[in-house]
Amino acid sequence: MDKRSNEPFWWALFGAGGVVAALTVPVLLLLTGIAFPLGWLPAPTHDSLYALFSHLLVRLAILVIVSLSAFHWAHRFRFTLYDGLQIKHLNAPVAFICYGSAIAFTVFAAVSLYTF
Amino acid sequence: MTETDINTTIEEVATIELEVFRYRPEKASAPSFDTFTVPLHDEWVLLDALNHIKDEIDGSLSYRWSCRMGVCGSCGMMANGEAVLTCAAFLKDYAPGPIRIEPLANFPVARDLIVGMDDFMEKLNRVKPWVINENGKSVEEGEYLQTPEELDDYVQYTMCINCMLCYSACPIYGMEPSFIGPAALALAQRYNLDLRDHGNEERMDILSSDEGIWQCTFVGECSEVCPKHVDPAGAIQRYKVEATNNWWKSKLMPWSN
Repeated sequence: MDKRSNEPFWWALFGAGGVVAALTVPVLLLLTGIAFPLGWLPAPTHDSLYALFSHLLVRLAILVIVSLSAFHWAHRFRFTLYDGLQIKHLNAPVAFICYGSAIAFTVFAAVSLYTF
Repeated sequence: MTETDINTTIEEVATIELEVFRYRPEKASAPSFDTFTVPLHDEWVLLDALNHIKDEIDGSLSYRWSCRMGVCGSCGMMANGEAVLTCAAFLKDYAPGPIRIEPLANFPVARDLIVGMDDFMEKLNRVKPWVINENGKSVEEGEYLQTPEELDDYVQYTMCINCMLCYSACPIYGMEPSFIGPAALALAQRYNLDLRDHGNEERMDILSSDEGIWQCTFVGECSEVCPKHVDPAGAIQRYKVEATNNWWKSKLMPWSN
């Protein structure tokens, strides 16, 4: 009791993920999900996208966006399970599965972006 | 006025039904509800109706109240499932009724509408809600000066009247009785943000423990029901940022202390 929690580590990732996702995901969805398919804006060609992603910084930015978003999901989903299903006794495995998924996803995204 | 007139007048007074939670451990082991019909006056609040019941209908009804003006924080109850100060909730807003009156949720019931406050009092004490300043000025050195902006930083949290409505509204406290809870955390912030206070570091051990702010998932119901607009939910989120900065600093720069 009264020991300082390590929760700030996960909460910082959760908070950062929330900010990053709120700022970037609507724009990306609007562009790639609506504006380009409906022809509101000229869609970029494969070559130009390929050139864009060839920049290491762009790939790094994508990694940050998807990874932090995953951690945001993990934290929220953990508490949804924890409080929603009232599975207090399963706190450790639930946290392991949620954050583990986000970590696995981050590794997968990093490898994909690196070897692309 | 003739007798008939008086009778007509009495009959014309609108009424409303109150379904009141009763628990008298010496009489019945299980709680039950008693239904009372009370006059529905525009200017009557729920507390007036309860006082009417106690004075005119059933003197055995037990409940806490004192100031009748939203200052003492002792008349909090559940009205139709919502935590309210009964001195600040008008009967007419519940018309045509019935109104279900229950003791504050998430607390043990001692008798009728009276709940046990021990858990809250113990938690309140744990967050050290007083000015901690070991090198305080002597009287001769004069008063502490504070700008209006510095006062604004915490003055909102000083409004808490310990009515515990926020604990009744908090679903986390309902599930995790060990959670320190909204009012105590907001009151801790009241002192943390006061320039005269130097107890921030001391309080962080309890505030940033697993039983403290990290139990909160920002449901926000505490701020919804707060009769004094303290906004405990906001206080807790704000403290999460501070505790997180502090945590990263202590891990990345352990020498800085």
